[in-house]
Amino acid sequence: MKTELNAILPEIAVLVSACVILIADLFVPQAKRHVSFWLTQFALLATIWIVVATAQVAPVRAFSGMVVDDMLSDVLKLFALVAVSLMLFYSRAYLMARGLFRGEMFVLTLFALLGMMVMMSAGSFLTVYLGLELMSLSLYALVAMQRDSSAPSEAAMKYFVLGALASGMLLYGVSMIYGATGSVDLDRVAEATLGGQGNRTLLAFGLVFVVSGIAFKLGVVPYHMWVPDVYHGAPTAVTLLIGTAPKLAAFAFTLRVLAGALKGLEFDWQGMLVVLALLSMVLGNLVAIAQSNIKRMLAYSTIANMGFMLMGFLAADLNGYSAALFYTVAYVLTSLASFGVVLLLSREGFEADLIEDFRGLNRRSPWWAFIMLLVMFSLAGVPPTLGFYAKFAVLEAAVNQGFVWLAVVAVLTSVVGAFYYLRIVKLMYFDDPVDDSPIVARGDARALLSANGIALLVLGILPQYLMGLCTLAVTQSYF
Amino acid sequence: MLFSTAVFYVFAAILVFAALCVITVRNPVHAALWLVLSFFTAAAIWLLLGAEFLAITLVLVYVGAVMVLFLFVIMMLDVNFEDLRRDFRSYLPVGAAVGLLVLLEMVLVIVAGTAGAGSAGSLPAGSNTQALGRLLYVDYVYPFELAAVLLLVAIVAAIALTYRRRRGAKVQDPGAQVKVRREDRVRLLEMPAEKRDG
Repeated sequence: MKTELNAILPEIAVLVSACVILIADLFVPQAKRHVSFWLTQFALLATIWIVVATAQVAPVRAFSGMVVDDMLSDVLKLFALVAVSLMLFYSRAYLMARGLFRGEMFVLTLFALLGMMVMMSAGSFLTVYLGLELMSLSLYALVAMQRDSSAPSEAAMKYFVLGALASGMLLYGVSMIYGATGSVDLDRVAEATLGGQGNRTLLAFGLVFVVSGIAFKLGVVPYHMWVPDVYHGAPTAVTLLIGTAPKLAAFAFTLRVLAGALKGLEFDWQGMLVVLALLSMVLGNLVAIAQSNIKRMLAYSTIANMGFMLMGFLAADLNGYSAALFYTVAYVLTSLASFGVVLLLSREGFEADLIEDFRGLNRRSPWWAFIMLLVMFSLAGVPPTLGFYAKFAVLEAAVNQGFVWLAVVAVLTSVVGAFYYLRIVKLMYFDDPVDDSPIVARGDARALLSANGIALLVLGILPQYLMGLCTLAVTQSYF
Repeated sequence: MLFSTAVFYVFAAILVFAALCVITVRNPVHAALWLVLSFFTAAAIWLLLGAEFLAITLVLVYVGAVMVLFLFVIMMLDVNFEDLRRDFRSYLPVGAAVGLLVLLEMVLVIVAGTAGAGSAGSLPAGSNTQALGRLLYVDYVYPFELAAVLLLVAIVAAIALTYRRRRGAKVQDPGAQVKVRREDRVRLLEMPAEKRDG
């Protein structure tokens, strides 16, 4: 029992702290809301410590296979915890200015994090699904939290309806896989599909539905409709949350289900992922050019980036999975910094979400212009930033497995993508500012955002440690 | 034919009829009542299978609690169902196409042979309340607790989204009402006695 509980210790910590904050927040007056904020930060820090302290190389299965505690889940949980912590620091002033600095914000964020962590160490379709719903339900509510304007409610409604549809498709697929293999345990399903048991037609049908569900959660074409609307409509703080940590959970979901349970159908899902990756890269990069709102532009950039990540994934070998994991982590770090700068420029009654708002940023603040420059270079894949190495690793993995033409398309669409990333750099450095108001931000947010931006550069020059960690995590779990 | 088989067919026929009525009757309240009947018959079929705990739970939870809630909602919402049916014809082709597709898939799956990996298996020895309890609280305790957290999130989210204390709204504070004393409300004034005229 002790080892069983040890395996879910980080989840228990997050759940207990969410419940404690839920109750404690009732006794905190509105003026002292930062007590709840620091409690949340302390809970996240404590959970990071637990994840690191209980990390072990050999995978542990607990609760009759429902939970897998391995290197992969530990690495992903670590980055998700860091991402959520940074998101709260970056968005503190933004939330305060909009009356969203409330206890429910922190509690729902923690519950969403709990859902992600459950997905990351899921050992059965049942846990995958419950974690997914826990995460999604909290996110729907977070998007709708700001009720003063209609855009967030509209975004939440779209997110909810499409999310429910995707969950339904996923469950339908899982039920077919259960029908064909007689189990929802990922390892047993893997044994059955690798052993060629089960009805192939039924499995193929199930696979189609499961891949659709995954594609929706990743937000890749043709299941991308919700991404721009939700990114645009949600308060920027929540957009930051949706755009970062859930991508790690979605990666875990993809890896555990496709590379784990449905490994026997590798040939089938490879073909589907090729189509998804190709469409996402082309459509994401092309449509992003036409955007005038930076949140929408970054949403289309997410679609393109997730397509790029899938290209590494569909190589379906150690290099491919490691590169895809590396790419996801790199994307999350870059995304944190990009929305962090948008949050930094916003103030009460002003969102700073138009591309025009970045005009002449260099004159107003050379340092933040430099950080944004690093972010845009990283997204465009310019060396020596982190994004370059991530793209390089994915392309290498895809080419090694013979997907040369796909790699060529990926490079071409990246060139198209570079246009709209570099346009922001041009606006910041070569245009005159329209708005001369000083940039005010809290000291902790400034320090962390600067560190985040510099990390994109440092990790780009020295990627081997992060890559080593990713390779180790994937090796221990799947090879 | 065994007696239990005959009973099964009777119940199955009632169930199918009731289910058809749920989706065909015009009055939504009647539909809800037909649904109650179909739940009852489903519970009876479970009893035939020897799953007495599930049968009783179905009656208690669904018929007793959920359906009452449904009826409340239907009666309070006052939805005009005629409006919902009005565009039935224009949506018919799409609906029929999707329905046919689903039917085709089902036929494919059934024609393809034995889909399932086996039958549901024999019932465990002992009472099935015990067997279900063992499954829920031993084998599936982790998902079970997660489902509980999911419900908690639903509660927190619903309250966070709908509860808003408006400034200046007149609300009762039961605590203050209970604590009130006679001295706070009743004031005895000393008045000089006056002479009545005439």
